[in-house]
Amino acid sequence: MSARKFMQTRLNRRQALGMSAAGAAAIAGLPLLRPGTAFAQDAESDLEIFSWWTAAGEAKGLEQLFDAFTAANPGVNIVNAAVSGGAGSNAQVALATRLSANEPPDSWQSHTGAELKARYVDPGYTTPITDLYEEQGWNDVFPQGVIDQITVDGEKYLVPVGVHRGNVVFYNKQVLADNGIEVNDDWSIDDYFAAQETLQAAGIPSIALGSKDTFAVAQLFENTLLATLGADDYAKIWVGEIGWDDDRVTSAIESFAKYFESVNSDHAALTWDGAADLVWSGKAAFTSMGDWAYGDAVTKEQDANVGWVHHPGTAGAFVSVIDGFTLPVGAPHPNNARNWLITVGSPEAQAAFAPFKGAIPARTDADTSTFNEYMQWSAKDFGENTVVPSLAHGSAASPQFQSSVNDALITFIVDFDVATLQEALQFAQEDEG
Amino acid sequence: MDSTPTPTARSVGTNLSSPGARSESRRGLSDRLLAFLTLSPSLIALLIFVYGFIAMTVWISLSNWNSPKMDLSLADPLFSSYDRLFNTTRFQIDLRNTIVFTILFLIGSVGIGLLLAIVLDRKLPAKPLIRNIFLFPYALSFVVTGVAWRWIFNPESGINRLAEVLGINKVLDLFGLGPVQINWLTSATVIGDIPMPDFVKAQIGLPVAMIPVIIAAVWQLSGFAMAMYLAGLGTISHDIREAASLDGASTFRMYRDIIIPLLKPITISTTIILGHISLKIFDLVFAMSGKGPGFATDVPGIFVYEQTFGANRYNLGAAASVVMLVLVSLVIVPYLARSLKDVER
Amino acid sequence: MNTSTLRSTSSRRFTPGKVIGGILLILILLFYLMPMYVLVVSGLKDAVNVNIDKMWDLPNSFTAGGFSEAWDQLGPNMSQSFFLVIPATVISALLGAVNGYVFSKWRFRGSEVLFALVLFGMFIPYQSVIVPLIRFLNEIGLYGSLPGLIVVHVIYGLPITTLIFRNYFANIPYEIVEAARLDGAGFGKIFWQIMLPLGLPAFVVVGIFQFTNIWNEFLFGLTVITNPREQPITVALNNLSGSFSISWNVVMAGAVITALPTLVIYILLGRFFVRGMLAGSMKG
Repeated sequence: MSARKFMQTRLNRRQALGMSAAGAAAIAGLPLLRPGTAFAQDAESDLEIFSWWTAAGEAKGLEQLFDAFTAANPGVNIVNAAVSGGAGSNAQVALATRLSANEPPDSWQSHTGAELKARYVDPGYTTPITDLYEEQGWNDVFPQGVIDQITVDGEKYLVPVGVHRGNVVFYNKQVLADNGIEVNDDWSIDDYFAAQETLQAAGIPSIALGSKDTFAVAQLFENTLLATLGADDYAKIWVGEIGWDDDRVTSAIESFAKYFESVNSDHAALTWDGAADLVWSGKAAFTSMGDWAYGDAVTKEQDANVGWVHHPGTAGAFVSVIDGFTLPVGAPHPNNARNWLITVGSPEAQAAFAPFKGAIPARTDADTSTFNEYMQWSAKDFGENTVVPSLAHGSAASPQFQSSVNDALITFIVDFDVATLQEALQFAQEDEG
Repeated sequence: MDSTPTPTARSVGTNLSSPGARSESRRGLSDRLLAFLTLSPSLIALLIFVYGFIAMTVWISLSNWNSPKMDLSLADPLFSSYDRLFNTTRFQIDLRNTIVFTILFLIGSVGIGLLLAIVLDRKLPAKPLIRNIFLFPYALSFVVTGVAWRWIFNPESGINRLAEVLGINKVLDLFGLGPVQINWLTSATVIGDIPMPDFVKAQIGLPVAMIPVIIAAVWQLSGFAMAMYLAGLGTISHDIREAASLDGASTFRMYRDIIIPLLKPITISTTIILGHISLKIFDLVFAMSGKGPGFATDVPGIFVYEQTFGANRYNLGAAASVVMLVLVSLVIVPYLARSLKDVER
Repeated sequence: MNTSTLRSTSSRRFTPGKVIGGILLILILLFYLMPMYVLVVSGLKDAVNVNIDKMWDLPNSFTAGGFSEAWDQLGPNMSQSFFLVIPATVISALLGAVNGYVFSKWRFRGSEVLFALVLFGMFIPYQSVIVPLIRFLNEIGLYGSLPGLIVVHVIYGLPITTLIFRNYFANIPYEIVEAARLDGAGFGKIFWQIMLPLGLPAFVVVGIFQFTNIWNEFLFGLTVITNPREQPITVALNNLSGSFSISWNVVMAGAVITALPTLVIYILLGRFFVRGMLAGSMKG
């Protein structure tokens, strides 16, 4: 049978007409199916910023950055592509898949250190901005510890904006007063455990933990490690100069286990803010959390009764959790993207952003005079202490290592098997290669 | 099915001697060609999207790709990802969870489905309404179900609180038992500990946190089993039941000795369909409890997702997904093969 | 009617067995309805009253509760889901009809094996194809877009739609096809003028079944589309429930909103829904 006969028998005219109409409609309708792109014809009218800053305080902080940008670059439409959930884990997945599909936003929020390198620099998703550093004079205003964290093979890849501290413990002043516990700048882990005993006798959980958030567990662990090793050796362990089979690691793990002798019994059901609530309301004494917890207390108007101190045994060390923005390879609006980086790197924008985010500016020359007491304390330490990276927040080690450690920690807080955790840490390190 | 027109008297056997028949057979041939061609877009699509992608995933599972940068070079030793996988405590726990979940889920959903069908087999008022109530959960997304049941099994409220509100705790008190205060989804407890060889580092038992997940899944899918059984019961002719009752069999015995055995094919197909769903379960657990404390509710589906998109260990994630595929195939392939044989007979 | 039958009927009515059975039945029915009760009731409470302690109580006041905020959050995603489900259902139904027609009426050597190979695609865990799928979509430029997700659902929906149509068409006697062929109709004409009109009930079944499946699907929606504003409503609901600052009544209301379309279809067209379900089991 000829092809013609086939066409003739297959469709009569009415059917053919119907199908082409449907086809045309479908094709015409396709742009509608892809919201946002139908109007993306204007080359430089948009700026798409990707982050996971969706909670109240941080979203407002982001807005400050947007405002600062718009003041300097009117006429550009800012698209806020923030993704919520999981302290950034959802966002990182969304971003990773976008990047592997060659559809980067104009800039995205990233942490520093190993995470920056493994996720974005090594696969070639980011453009070096070393020249921008020169141009803007940034080499002089960011602490060296920070610049180290954003440099890979001599090139710089990120503009740090806000810095959080990861080795802070917040406490309920009343609970401590009631039990005669005092904390000071030099307190050590043993001091903490002494306090823990007192609280145990009084029947109050010493530390509030929200282990539903694995990073909360990881933070507690790394701060214990930091206290045991000291800032310098702590830095060495991440680069393999000290092995995970070291005795001090064993001792750190044992101390870490000891925290659980007086922890809130429902920690498996709580996220970090649920645990923080226990402290704000006086049902627990301490909580180990990054300083965004202070922002949480402020938002809930509980800050009057909240005190803070660095993690026991970690005086002189500043565990940094740094957020910044990158310049993608193949940014849809490269000029706008560059201007964005210039804005967020400016002292004014950083100072405006910081209070809402609960972070301190990464620039040491930003105006901190209007900041609250906590942030001023943090900023002072940032200028003076040794800045070290954080495992729980990606700067100390790669995502693979982090994932192995997280998995090991999840089982550890159930069975408290010290040997298994230590083995897992060693194995994760070897796996790294 | 509507009435069929009476076939014409002409036979359809091809008689190649007449010219008309020859052109008809040529047309028949090109029609067959056309039929095959019409199938081909779908066949090609499935060839790529199912078999091609599976092959690719197998390759990835044998490769060195474990970072955001794609690396398809083959690993050495070749099966190192699998070796690593089966020695990972977390994955062992996942396998334990899957097996425990599947067994209990199947018993629950098929068993309850059968019971519900039998109940609906009796004389009842408002049967359509009752049937629809049992079946509507199947129309819901696993995410919706997960959200609802997570709230219900929250240890602070939920079932524990319901026990309080309904006075169940008072009843328990009478027996000297404490109030209902199980930790459900936030419990890391594993009941039981079957001894296993040394390389098995997972505790082999029933995780308490799995129980709410099983209940939620049974709630959602028992209606499906019920519908299958109802359809089957509908085909068991009235005569058999009458014969049974005339023979003096009690209702219970009629069901046990006659009807249920007659329903065996349905039991088999329902078990297989629900079984393959439970082996690959992901959405429900993801929305309801995530991996759970101590990985109590972690399943391979979640493991694959986290390793692939979170830790970027593409080879490990691929290996885990291949294991999932193998598990499902063990259940499905015999089923498909048997149906194939049935058809060809 | 003689009196002995009457008496036996009435005495059979209220046996203790029946009473207990009735109570049990009602309890079971309540168990099945309980989660919806929780969702709706919690969704109707306003933020202040959504307290974990008062979970089982009815709402104090008659407000829209969390529904208005849930709609704000999920509304755009709901339209996305519709834009996804309707084209995907229509296309996969058409393709399934054609395939089912071929497999049932135009058997050739090996067609049964081919059919089994097609069917296998319905059972695979999607995790085993997700990485190559994403890279492939990326290569052809469909990644992260709704049309891409539509293509995905159409292709992975082929096995089940083909199955349902094949089983349905298999019940149409071959004589009809024979008669048409003898009258001069070819492959295409038979399809358009005979099978399609006869197959309308199957279209309804497939349509409902696919609508429900694609609407409820999660993994592809999560991974193929990355912009949260463009993801289907099931993914948006999950994001909502994990979000830091969203209160429970909004999440519950969101779950109700997500469930509504499939529930409405189920209530109105449940008969066809069940048929799709059963047909999918290959009971034949």
